[in-house]
Amino acid sequence: MASSIRVRATAKDDITEVQALIQHPMDSGFVKDAKGEIIPPHFIQELTFEHNGKRVFVADWGGGVSKDPYVKFAFKGARKDDELKISWVDNKGATDSTTAKIQ
Amino acid sequence: MSIRASIFSLTSALLIAGAASAMAADSEADYKSAYATAEAANKEAGSLRNQWTVTAAALAAAKKAADSGDFDKAVAQSKEAEALAKASIFQAVSEKEAWKALEIK
Amino acid sequence: MRLVSAIPFASAALALAVLALATPPAPAADTVDPVKDATAFRKFFTDKFPKLKPEDFVNGPYSMNEDLHKQWEEKEQFPPYEFSLEMGKEMFSKPFKNGKSYEDCFPNKGIGIRQNYPYFDEKEGKVVTLELALNRCREANGEPPFSYVRDEMAALTAYMAFTSRGKPFDIKIPNDPRALEAYQNGKRYFYTRRGQLNFSCATCHVQSPGERIRAEVLAPALGILNAMPIYRSEWSGMGTTSRRFTTCNSQIRGVPLSPQDDEYRDLEYYLSYVSNGLPISGPGARP
Repeated sequence: MASSIRVRATAKDDITEVQALIQHPMDSGFVKDAKGEIIPPHFIQELTFEHNGKRVFVADWGGGVSKDPYVKFAFKGARKDDELKISWVDNKGATDSTTAKIQ
Repeated sequence: MSIRASIFSLTSALLIAGAASAMAADSEADYKSAYATAEAANKEAGSLRNQWTVTAAALAAAKKAADSGDFDKAVAQSKEAEALAKASIFQAVSEKEAWKALEIK
Repeated sequence: MRLVSAIPFASAALALAVLALATPPAPAADTVDPVKDATAFRKFFTDKFPKLKPEDFVNGPYSMNEDLHKQWEEKEQFPPYEFSLEMGKEMFSKPFKNGKSYEDCFPNKGIGIRQNYPYFDEKEGKVVTLELALNRCREANGEPPFSYVRDEMAALTAYMAFTSRGKPFDIKIPNDPRALEAYQNGKRYFYTRRGQLNFSCATCHVQSPGERIRAEVLAPALGILNAMPIYRSEWSGMGTTSRRFTTCNSQIRGVPLSPQDDEYRDLEYYLSYVSNGLPISGPGARP
């Protein structure tokens, strides 16, 4: 099955720009369904980007982040063809991860 | 008669009708008749493919009030629904020609 | 009414009556000229927004507001409709239980044909939209139909739109009075005010493109269907043309018709025709 994480990382000199789109319902736990029942909370709690074993970006999320979240950030110290590892854990304990090559 | 004059006479006719029956407390029979009238008007709006969401809401509110025994409110809501339904009918009928004024030529 | 004010009112009424008599009779129903309509339609919007190229109109609000445009350009690098598009691609070639697939229902296996929809089916005497054609394909092959407004239908139309990206809308009105009538019905629907708020489609998309309604920037009617289906942030998900028509109706407090009712099919026919020549940009993203 395809990963839930789409990522694109581009290096320009010392700065690498990273964009990621993650497929996840991100249910806050406050929304009711058509029958009037609460849709239980189901959201990513921690999102981590690692380069050379070092965490370059960590997000601590809650139910306020919308469905299919998009993240964009830049960091220093990486080069083209280096690898970037992305992983997340949600409140149900589910995880997913992927690796991408910096272009 | 101008559009504004006819809306004025329509709403004032409805208001006068409403005021007359507010004198005594409304009975279940009053509610049933008012609701039936409103429902019929809404059905006519439906045949013109032009019902309003607020008409349905007023009908539902009327029914809810009647179910809890508040027939004064039920009649008032039914009359509101009837007025809304009649306005939606008026809109559908007058728009049959009025739309041309908006057309890009 | 006081006597003083009655006199100007009466003379105004008289003047109106005179005008009414002097107005030429309304044009006969059979003088429908879609080519003339489309030319006037396009000119109205290009005159209103002279800095835009014709193809810019398919981006709706993003061509109306610079800040929105920048955000949208960034978003298009990682568009929110990507998941739906992938799902649509997978679904399209997956066979039904009877072994056939969507490819068997459409010309050119369904690839690069979206710009031809809706079309007027002369056998049936009605407009056929892409969504309708997809569900008919399913039912003809023993599969249950999808909801017209979201999810699978959105995914399938997203994929088909994607294979037609860049191709200009090419809607045809055959020389058939029923087709002209359907076109005219669609046009009439577009300009007719409805709902308690008494808005027509034109109220927002002809009279006020680029203006705001609450927090939203309004799209121009020219090219408004070219980006369909769309991922709307407001919906936190994908929606089809059917979804947009029905939700718009309820937003102006009119009870929506059922998706793919005649009025909606005719409306889609009209709106697509007057945008002929503008490129398909779907699937799209909107606020």
